[in-house]
Amino acid sequence: MIAGLAFYFFAFILIAAAVMVVTARNPVHSVIWLIAAFFNAAALFLIAGAEFLAMILVIVYVGAVAVLFLFVVMMLDVDFAQLREGVQRYAPIGAVVGGILFLELLLVLSVWRFAPDAAALRMAPMPEGVTNTEAIGRILYTDHIYLFQISGLILLVAMIGAIVLTLRDRPGTKRQDVGAQIARSSAVAMARPELGEGIRREDILRPLPPPAKEAPKPVTHEGGHH
Amino acid sequence: MTEFLNTPLGVLALTVAQALALLVPVLIGVAYLTWAERKVLAAMQLRRGPNVVGPFGLLQPFADAIKMLMKETIIPSGASRLLFLAAPILTFVLAMIAWAVIPVADGWAIADINVGILYLFAISSLGVYGVIIAGWASNSKYAFLGALRSAAQMVSYEVSIGFVIVTVLLCVGSLNLTEIVRAQATVWFVIPLFPMFVIFFISALAETNRAPFDLPEGESELVAGFFVEYSSMSFALFFLGEYANMILMSALATILFLGGWLPPLDIAPFNWVPSPIWFALKVAACLFVFIWARATFPRYRYDQLMRLGWKVFLPFSLLWLVLTAAVLKLTGWLPA
Repeated sequence: MIAGLAFYFFAFILIAAAVMVVTARNPVHSVIWLIAAFFNAAALFLIAGAEFLAMILVIVYVGAVAVLFLFVVMMLDVDFAQLREGVQRYAPIGAVVGGILFLELLLVLSVWRFAPDAAALRMAPMPEGVTNTEAIGRILYTDHIYLFQISGLILLVAMIGAIVLTLRDRPGTKRQDVGAQIARSSAVAMARPELGEGIRREDILRPLPPPAKEAPKPVTHEGGHH
Repeated sequence: MTEFLNTPLGVLALTVAQALALLVPVLIGVAYLTWAERKVLAAMQLRRGPNVVGPFGLLQPFADAIKMLMKETIIPSGASRLLFLAAPILTFVLAMIAWAVIPVADGWAIADINVGILYLFAISSLGVYGVIIAGWASNSKYAFLGALRSAAQMVSYEVSIGFVIVTVLLCVGSLNLTEIVRAQATVWFVIPLFPMFVIFFISALAETNRAPFDLPEGESELVAGFFVEYSSMSFALFFLGEYANMILMSALATILFLGGWLPPLDIAPFNWVPSPIWFALKVAACLFVFIWARATFPRYRYDQLMRLGWKVFLPFSLLWLVLTAAVLKLTGWLPA
């Protein structure tokens, strides 16, 4: 019963947070509601016994993706009045798209049934004495290895693409060459002072001061007319 | 008594008691870590450190705590109030809840969960929110710059910490923290995986925003970075959170590499010492290195920090991961 109550508790907060994501006025608040939604989704995974997926959801989406979202959104200089103007103009298009999606969902819900393969899978539950991390690993790296590798490659291509699109070689940037810097032997002199005594003045290699010029003769006023 | 402990209320009471038994020593540890830091830094800089309040200045942390409590909480007029107050609480809570899975002795974890290490990794990756939200909610340019630096820094170093953890997991074959320590009964992982230990430790310095990677605070250019607008208890919560995170990262280094609660040699004088004492000693040794690093190294420049994370640690830890996997596979040492 406690699990059931917890499910409705987290599910309710999840949906409420999701609604707040799209209705919050401040985009930073939206992202924070999104994080709340991720957390509750992770809690739902935990209730379903999928502890590995729950942790990965928090690590990947909350710990990395949402941080970058927040990073970008905080830097945006958003004019809220302009934003609201846009809502007025795009509302009909949004409503049409939303309506189509909703219709599709209705269609799916009215005629859905288990695929024969999926039904067979449900007959083969997780093996006993295996944590669900290991169970996922067993099928991910054996039966579905090609799909897994291909999805990895797609992500790699996306990453390289993003770098290629944004990389510009700007002339005139100064770069530090650590090796060259360390290899300069004459620039730094190492001293090894005794403990408690500190460095003596003689250990510091300083260029000698330029030889003092002959002091100008003090002006004397002899026989002035005061 | 046993009957009561089996009811839901009894389980709750037991868990609360366990949590208090762990968190009270952790908080006292935090208080004395601030004292130890000032004493060690002072000794390294040929000064005396706190020596007025109590014998050897031992009551100094409590004097500081009382001073913090007495001060006024100032909320800047341009701040986003709710988030401004939530950020330090978040930092502190995250530093505390991570302790739920830490085993201080064999079977002495409050929650000995299957995915303990992932839980710790998830919690430590959330620490960045306290900093970002504080920086943004303060509505101050210094705080904001500190938050931006911190976000980039913590995300960068998490990647190499992740690879280090995966390398250890390859040698263990389990995500459970107790299993990770048990797998080190023959040899602590610090010996075969020494380069990974170094990378983990340096990344932990960056992850906890400690010197030489304390750019988010950067007092010489950002005043105090992300918590410049905080005062009184909200500031104290950031402070407590930072030091609790240091202890947490040291505990994680102890569990992953230094054999957790295990004695260095399983022979007479060593195994008389109780396991939690060994655990605490190892954590204390790691913490000393944290402070030592602060006394020794000047702060990194921001581009050097990013270069170290992405161009040095990431390729190296990736290479070492592949190497470890290959060695385990070829020698047949791969855990079943």
